Amino acid sequence: MASDPRELYQQVIIEHNKKPRNFGRLEPCTHHADGQNPLCGDELQLTLNIAEGRIEDIRFEGHGCAIDVASASLMTGAVKGKKVEEAESMAEQFRRMVRGELDPATDANLLGKLTLFQGVKDLPSRVKCAVLPWATLHSALKGEEIASTE
Amino acid sequence: MSGHALAPLDVALIRRDFPLLYTPFHGKPMHYLDSAVSGQMPNAVIERMAHYQRFEHTNVHRGVSTLSQEATDRFEEAREKVRAFLNAPSVKQIIWTRGTTESLNLVAQSWGRANITKGDEILLSAMEHHSNIVPWQMLAAEKDASIKVIPMDDRGVLEMDALDALLTPRVKVLGITHVSNVLGTVNPLKEIIAAAHAKGVVVVVDGAQAVPHIAVDVMDLDADFYAFSGHKLSGPTGIGVLYGKKGLLEKMPPWQGGGSMILSVSWEKTTFMGPPGKFEAGTPPIAEAIGLGAAIDYLNAIGLDRIAAHEHTLLEYATKELNKIDGLRIIGTAPGKASVLSFVLDGIHPHDVGSILDHEGVVVRAGHHCAQPVMKRFRIPATTRASFAYFNDLEDVDALAAAIRQVKEIFGSDSAHSAEEQA
Repeated sequence: MASDPRELYQQVIIEHNKKPRNFGRLEPCTHHADGQNPLCGDELQLTLNIAEGRIEDIRFEGHGCAIDVASASLMTGAVKGKKVEEAESMAEQFRRMVRGELDPATDANLLGKLTLFQGVKDLPSRVKCAVLPWATLHSALKGEEIASTE
Repeated sequence: MSGHALAPLDVALIRRDFPLLYTPFHGKPMHYLDSAVSGQMPNAVIERMAHYQRFEHTNVHRGVSTLSQEATDRFEEAREKVRAFLNAPSVKQIIWTRGTTESLNLVAQSWGRANITKGDEILLSAMEHHSNIVPWQMLAAEKDASIKVIPMDDRGVLEMDALDALLTPRVKVLGITHVSNVLGTVNPLKEIIAAAHAKGVVVVVDGAQAVPHIAVDVMDLDADFYAFSGHKLSGPTGIGVLYGKKGLLEKMPPWQGGGSMILSVSWEKTTFMGPPGKFEAGTPPIAEAIGLGAAIDYLNAIGLDRIAAHEHTLLEYATKELNKIDGLRIIGTAPGKASVLSFVLDGIHPHDVGSILDHEGVVVRAGHHCAQPVMKRFRIPATTRASFAYFNDLEDVDALAAAIRQVKEIFGSDSAHSAEEQA
């Protein structure tokens, strides 16, 4: 049975949905990707500037549900200034956490306040919403221009 | 409809036919407001199908065994029930398919490929489901034909003034939904079909959302093709119907080949059955057809006119209650609509609404409803949609309104995005 959605829709997520950080587009940028979740229509455009293996700046645009927008907002804040390999590790850990394969209480991780999204694992239909920004980041870092959760 | 008052439905009694409705859901009462996605099957339908599977099953139209003959009889009796349900002239005009989507693809692939040529126009309404858009786009691409669209206004009413000009001599076919799955609009089909026929245009009707709410009479409508799905009509998935006019069906080529649809096969030449057989290659979904027949019996026993009156009461009450909620906007306000209620909440995405409603035991659909052009027309990414059936009552509506208020509470009063502030 799903846990109370109030555990997921905490104030931080509601607040990041209302006032997303790093919203916009970097022009010019060194890396970019468009993400989409075809089943629900969420769309995300990610632009990054990477220099010497480090994410110097990152912005996102698009529209989606609160989980998607808050995930993108918190992700951009978390990876800014990080090395590319570190961001990739975080993407992998985030993906495993929302699928219930990583328990941030016991498993080593770099997720910090991103563990707020742990509750998504109890809403299987919403896992793709939380993962979309990370899947798009992964594509951008790999030089692929399109990411899809399908 | 007759002037005398209809006896109200005994919803408490009806609900006893649906165990799901009295089984706790997330520890709360279940409020199933998603019949436009799929209707629930009453026990009578499930038991009829189970009885067939246990005691009557074999293949149909095969061999001389008593068992096969009896299975064939039950299967064909279900076809007769569909014929009567649509008031079609003959069972030969009732083709079994997997559902509305397959029915519409059958028309596009069989009639369409034989009749649409380069430069032709295919006219569709602005409120079609993807199933009455994509098969025509595929055909248009193959034949170098084009798609034209009848626009609708902000209420979700088709702009009938535009119809005449759109019915150019190039238009060969008009695809139109009887009832919009997003907006609930009931289109004035009789008028539209008459206008199309005056220009020699064949009309293909998507009836998926109409059959649960409206007594359909294909002869009175004068529809050329009429498609619907069993599972929207309290029947099972995997079975659907295509009705077609005799003259059209007889001229159409088969679209799938195989067993059951032939008169004789040799290496030199194969001859096909007439309709409906020539469109029914392979072993059909037999239990599902019989189950659909049982669903029609069940609905007829309640009475389609009483169902329509009950749903109308629920829709009016729900419209009134939801309009009291600040920041809620109903999408689709056509007069006389069917019991489908789409809405958006300021600054709150329908998927978040759907997840929270779900936890409150209120089952609705949140998304684009396979009608992305409708979303684009209303400049919204998605809606939350409640749909009401004969087993719903006013308590279901109250639960919906209360759950929407919970969503607003979780998201706070001022939910709108304000990304500009920090950009």
